[in-house]
Amino acid sequence: MLETLSNYDVAAAVWVTIQLSVLSAIGALIIGTIVAVLRVSPVAVLRGIGTSYVNIFRNTPLTVLLTLCVLGLSLLVGLQLSQDLSKDAFRWAVVGLSAYHAAFVCEAIRSGVNTVPAGQAEAARSIGLTFAQSLREVLLPQAFRGSIAPLGSVLIALIKNTTVAAVVGVADTAKLLATITENEGAQLGVFFVIAMIFVVLTLPIGVLATSLSQRMAVKR
Amino acid sequence: MTTRRISMVAAAAVLALGLSACGSDDGGSDGGADGGSGLKIGIKFDQPGLGLKVGDQYTGLDVDVAKYVAKELGTAEGDITFVQSPSAQRETLISSGQVDLIFATYSITDARKEKISFGGPYFIAGQDLLVRADDTSITGPDTLDGKKLCSVTGSTSAQKVKDKVAGVNLVEFGTYSECLAALLGGGVDALTTDDTILAGYAAQEANKGKLKVVGAPFSEERYGVGLKKGDVALCEKVNAALKKMVEDGSWQKAVDANLGPAGYKAPAGNPPHPRRLLLIDSSDVCRPLPRERAAHPVAP
Repeated sequence: MLETLSNYDVAAAVWVTIQLSVLSAIGALIIGTIVAVLRVSPVAVLRGIGTSYVNIFRNTPLTVLLTLCVLGLSLLVGLQLSQDLSKDAFRWAVVGLSAYHAAFVCEAIRSGVNTVPAGQAEAARSIGLTFAQSLREVLLPQAFRGSIAPLGSVLIALIKNTTVAAVVGVADTAKLLATITENEGAQLGVFFVIAMIFVVLTLPIGVLATSLSQRMAVKR
Repeated sequence: MTTRRISMVAAAAVLALGLSACGSDDGGSDGGADGGSGLKIGIKFDQPGLGLKVGDQYTGLDVDVAKYVAKELGTAEGDITFVQSPSAQRETLISSGQVDLIFATYSITDARKEKISFGGPYFIAGQDLLVRADDTSITGPDTLDGKKLCSVTGSTSAQKVKDKVAGVNLVEFGTYSECLAALLGGGVDALTTDDTILAGYAAQEANKGKLKVVGAPFSEERYGVGLKKGDVALCEKVNAALKKMVEDGSWQKAVDANLGPAGYKAPAGNPPHPRRLLLIDSSDVCRPLPRERAAHPVAP
């Protein structure tokens, strides 16, 4: 079993998974925060946009979303992010993973915002802060602290969901598994090693999220 | 106590992994392994022209060859149970006895021969290119410079084309259907895999006249009949049936009926000549490896 794995570039595949995870996590955090701000904004239209975003992306299967990105937007509509198709698939996978997980990040942050007592927002506005200022200085800092634990879950889900990128040909760990299975037949040992790689990637995030959320918790 | 608990958890995890690994082979596990005269035959369910299930009908070259061989083995068509055999599960299905024979675009390779035995080959396929019917710029693997190519994630075809064509611009999807959509829509210029599979897609009603197989195969895939490792008696019966199928013309009929509509001609080496079949089965395919002959004595 280890002999089988030594014939393949496992490190390169895991590196692609890590790159996918990190880039998509950054993208998801940025988009998710923006959407969360939209969802708690005082303007009804913006709230509507935020809600639609969450409902659309949270309820679309990730496989469908990624296929739609690479097959639909890139190949058929022609919105290519690179002339090299494998790079193009990777970039679109980052976009798709970011857009999809942004919906969950948004809900995590919104749940954090909801932990901030309404009185604080009212107090912030009544001392003359604008909506943007009250968000930046009062609401979001507390909201992020309150949403560390759910954000950790979203991040773990994201790392595992990067395996879906293999359906659009991104050379990640899941594609390596598909390749090995194609060449050598299905092997329980190889499945186990791949599963362990993901445990190694995700376990520290879970531990970190738990300890951070306790340390950073807003004392009320 | 703690160690015991940990080992129980580990055992459960291994079990769960095992279940997920063979979770989708749900079609076949009905009844005993060798119940009477019935045969359990593994085929693809989703490969037009080769092995396709529509409703309760099975069509394709693999299916026709399987039916012929089953008839020669004394099994009526009605007694055949077709079992879905996805590529990754074929060795497991045979060695666990869930199927007796596999006809599923099953290329004979050394790695596979270590786990199972092969009868045949009954068809020599080759990796080829499928392009739009009006495309004259692609005539083979040497003309792929600057072209966009599509294949299935991790497949042998995808790996081979990367070796064959340096710097190939390849996109990979989970199934051929997505590649086909991209090809028809102009997103990619060619789809590559075994020519039989390509011909099957080109011959589909919806694609007729829109696609063509280039016809310059750049690999040789010998489709064999998968069977339990070391079962020489069954292997020889299968080969005798295949030989007869070629000789009485049924083989040609099956190829024409299933792959012909797209103007596909079986590549060089077909039909696998009966003499070639005999040559292969006596030295290569049917016989177990020498060191195993002692462990599992079989009739010469």
